[in-house]
Amino acid sequence: MAEKTIPKIKCEDVWKVFGPKGEDIIKNWDQYETMNKVERLEKTGCVVGTRQASFEIAKGEIFCLMGLSGSGKSTLLRCINKLHEPTAGKIFIDDQDITALSGPNLREIRREKTGMVFQHFALLPHRRLVKNAAFGLEIQGVDKKEREKKAYEALELVGLKGWEKSYPYELSGGMQQRVGLARALATNPEILLMDEAFSALDPLIKRQMQDEFVKLIKKVKKTIVFVTHDLHEALRIADHIAIMKDGYIVQQGTPAQIVLNPEKGYVEEFVKDLPKTKFITAQDIMQKPDLWTMPVGSTSQEVMNKMNANGLRYAFLVDENQRVLSTVDYFSLMSCEGTLTSLNDVPKDQLSPYYKLVTVSGDTFLESLLGQSADTKIPIVVNDDQGRIQGVISRETILVSLRSA
Amino acid sequence: MDFPIRIPLGKWVEVFVNWLTENFSTVFDSIKVIVEFVLVQLDSFFIWVPWPVALIGISIIAWIVADRRVAILTAVCLFGLGSLDLWIIGMSTLALVMTAVFISILLGLPMGILAAKNPRFDMVLKPILDGMQTIPSFVYLIPAIMFFGIGNVPGIIATVVFALPPMVRLTSLGIQQVDHEVTEAGIAFGSTPMQLLLKIQLPLAIPSIMTGVNQTVMMALSMVVVAAMIGAGGLGSKILYSIQRIDLGVGIEAGVGILFIAIVLDRILQGVTKKQQDAIMQQK
Repeated sequence: MAEKTIPKIKCEDVWKVFGPKGEDIIKNWDQYETMNKVERLEKTGCVVGTRQASFEIAKGEIFCLMGLSGSGKSTLLRCINKLHEPTAGKIFIDDQDITALSGPNLREIRREKTGMVFQHFALLPHRRLVKNAAFGLEIQGVDKKEREKKAYEALELVGLKGWEKSYPYELSGGMQQRVGLARALATNPEILLMDEAFSALDPLIKRQMQDEFVKLIKKVKKTIVFVTHDLHEALRIADHIAIMKDGYIVQQGTPAQIVLNPEKGYVEEFVKDLPKTKFITAQDIMQKPDLWTMPVGSTSQEVMNKMNANGLRYAFLVDENQRVLSTVDYFSLMSCEGTLTSLNDVPKDQLSPYYKLVTVSGDTFLESLLGQSADTKIPIVVNDDQGRIQGVISRETILVSLRSA
Repeated sequence: MDFPIRIPLGKWVEVFVNWLTENFSTVFDSIKVIVEFVLVQLDSFFIWVPWPVALIGISIIAWIVADRRVAILTAVCLFGLGSLDLWIIGMSTLALVMTAVFISILLGLPMGILAAKNPRFDMVLKPILDGMQTIPSFVYLIPAIMFFGIGNVPGIIATVVFALPPMVRLTSLGIQQVDHEVTEAGIAFGSTPMQLLLKIQLPLAIPSIMTGVNQTVMMALSMVVVAAMIGAGGLGSKILYSIQRIDLGVGIEAGVGILFIAIVLDRILQGVTKKQQDAIMQQK
């Protein structure tokens, strides 16, 4: 009996309506749906920030809320730590309904579970970096020595060692955002809320920050909700993306799902000009390895039969842990008798570099698979981090995925 | 042609003020005692300090909070004050101003904070502040006499009424102007309202608050002259005397004396404001 894992963050039908008649608008949404924003504002004095937003975020996941400005993504993010009070709907953190919380209980959640990074950094200009980074701990009442120690560690983690005594204005934008990140990390929260964290940075710094961020996040293991208006950014760093328009979620899925099967209309338009080979990964297109693998100890006849049945020229010999030991070629097998027990028994086409075995990890992008598949005639093997075969990508598969791209 | 009605506003106010004086005399008396105490302490201290010590001391303070230029200007102005034989009386004016400013800050700061945080309070407060600033200051000298009699205390109270508005307004403005995202950051990390106020809003509002203090000082200084009409001492009484006697010489000297004090206070406070601003804004 597998226990159903509790999502770290769960939003159920969350609405946020700014203005005096929020409840009314939600109740009679049918009436208001056809109006545009301006009409609605004139008639009711309300602006719908977010409507009917539902999603689940697993522990350790990077979840991107992506949309253009005014799409409600920042509003939705702020509902998670209740900087905005949701008008309707429920939000759970670790199965605890936070919409019901207020006062000290809410502060508890904000102090211990969530950290937040802001678009314009929101640093305290009158404090040195240590004191900025230590802010969250100071609020919690951690004593000075302890909190400064943690602040130093957080600053080192984001690459600002040596700058601890500087003031924010002495730093470039990219560095200031590192301080923002350090401040959020110093309290060691389980959840990081990032509101357009890299949007105010210039393109080169932005790119560099994204890369470092992804690396850093793997180290610190946090659940992250990341708001951005930049689809590229979302695709680069997210595990799951929710695309928002006019306050509601148009489509959610993995980056590959978004790129390969965009929702007709809005998302399609977004995705149209994307260089898809940069976003589709090996695990998105690989096929199950069963067709290609034969256990060590099979006779050459057995292997040949299986390859005949599946119309294959190459197969992979695997050990009991599903690790690929070697490649077998149909024509070489014909001159081979008996069981294939060890590497030595397997005739190999080592003479030509075109027959070398290529293994990649699941997150390799199609772009680089293209080059690698050009170098070898054998299908590419996708391994997990233990070296076990997870999937196989043949040249045909790559061609098919390119066509759809 | 006659106007259809005549609202007896003056009568009403008179009745109301009379009622206040009769029923709350203990309150006014205790206010009087406290204000008088503060004033007397400050006054006797300023007069007790020998002038060279005060001159050098204040100049050094100016140097610390502002720069060398301001320090020299301060020394020159204070020396000027003494050389017009106005030192003692000038110190009395300074004590009056300081007391009024002290009370203004004590009242204005919390009022400003409340106004920034509570829109309804702000709505009620705004027209009152407008009234305090626009009704000619001579008018509320009268209730001041009725509540507190004649002398320094009603002068200080009238001065506070006149000098309080900028303190309240600029405190409120300073807090409201704190970057919205920074305030959000404070809340997002779990600040209590008090932590938010003390660690984020007030520190970031200090330049604005200091501008408020500066304006309050300047307004208090101009008001203590008017307050001389109801018996407040200091340079104001000298000016009043010169008006009554049409004595140009005395009037000019006392006026220049006020000017010297104004320059010293203004420059020192501006120095403080600028330092605070630099610490917060992105320049040095």
